[in-house]
Amino acid sequence: MDQNHMKKQINSARNSLFQQGYLDEQFIQLEDLQDDANPNFVEEIVTLFYSDSTRLIRNIETALDNYPLDFCKLDDYMHQFKGSSSSIGAKKVKDECSQFQECCKARNTEGCIGIFRQVKHEHATLKRKLETYFQVSPSNSLENRHTLQRNTQLCAAD
Amino acid sequence: MGVAADSQFHVLAVDDSIIDRKLIERLLKTSSFQVTTVDSGSKALEFLGLHEEDEDMNSNQPSVSPNIHQEVEVNLIITDYCMPGMTGYDLLKKVKNSSSLKDIPVVIMSSENVPSRINRCLEEGADEFFLKPVRLSDVNKLKPHMMRMKIKETDHQEQNQESKTRDKEEEIESQQQSNGNKRKSMEEGDITRQNKTQIQWWPYCRFD
Repeated sequence: MDQNHMKKQINSARNSLFQQGYLDEQFIQLEDLQDDANPNFVEEIVTLFYSDSTRLIRNIETALDNYPLDFCKLDDYMHQFKGSSSSIGAKKVKDECSQFQECCKARNTEGCIGIFRQVKHEHATLKRKLETYFQVSPSNSLENRHTLQRNTQLCAAD
Repeated sequence: MGVAADSQFHVLAVDDSIIDRKLIERLLKTSSFQVTTVDSGSKALEFLGLHEEDEDMNSNQPSVSPNIHQEVEVNLIITDYCMPGMTGYDLLKKVKNSSSLKDIPVVIMSSENVPSRINRCLEEGADEFFLKPVRLSDVNKLKPHMMRMKIKETDHQEQNQESKTRDKEEEIESQQQSNGNKRKSMEEGDITRQNKTQIQWWPYCRFD
């Protein structure tokens, strides 16, 4: 019963990540690429995202310290950031990146600074949630993943 | 265990994003393709055996002959559009303008859905344009392009073979003709130095 209870909790944690918009369908695409030969692909690519995006965040912070703002450069960094976020299914992070790019287009300095705080917030929140998820999630066997996916489909938000 | 036939297709993937390189590599390997990933257009050209400054006579670097990479056959190039330095579009143009590489199918990937960009790439010879993030359903579209190239290559090889055979046949035919001419001149009593050696065995041949 313990194991079932555990499974239910994990399922529910995973479902909420989708329902609350932290993750989108791209994350499921990543899970589909996991198999017995590559059982940790999702965790690997997410880890890679976090190490690479840390670098981008530093670059953006530096650029935001230089006035007047170089909106072209900022837009370029954010394009990269948005691309990576999109590739791992990080929906909220990606959405904030889009907002930032809008501010760049409008040459809105205050807007850029404000939105970037939100980008970092979403970035950090997702990291915490995914770390927890990877720690407690069961072995990435095909059977378990199919169970998780079926449950997600049943509870999928619109 | 498993069919090895498909694993012979080799895809060169070009993307400056390390996350996207990892993703495209996994997508391609899942589809049983061999994969090489590089992070820039210039590295892609290097791998394919072309230098950017191919026409640069003053270059100190020896130009790389396309033949050097012949054993590393590339069946398809899939490249990101937006890259610093050489864009995917620039890479596409260089490949299509190269006599040794122009038949390799090229696929462009982009995170931005810009119709004019898509059209430009297709007009320049790109075989597909994928919106990022790329999915397995996109990668499933690649094999027909690679098969078409293989069939084309096989056709060329067969044509070369046929033409060699034809040349050989023509050679034999012309030799027989020239022998025939010599016979004729023999019969007419026109003995030249060339066919003197043939005269020795001539009486032993019968012609009707």
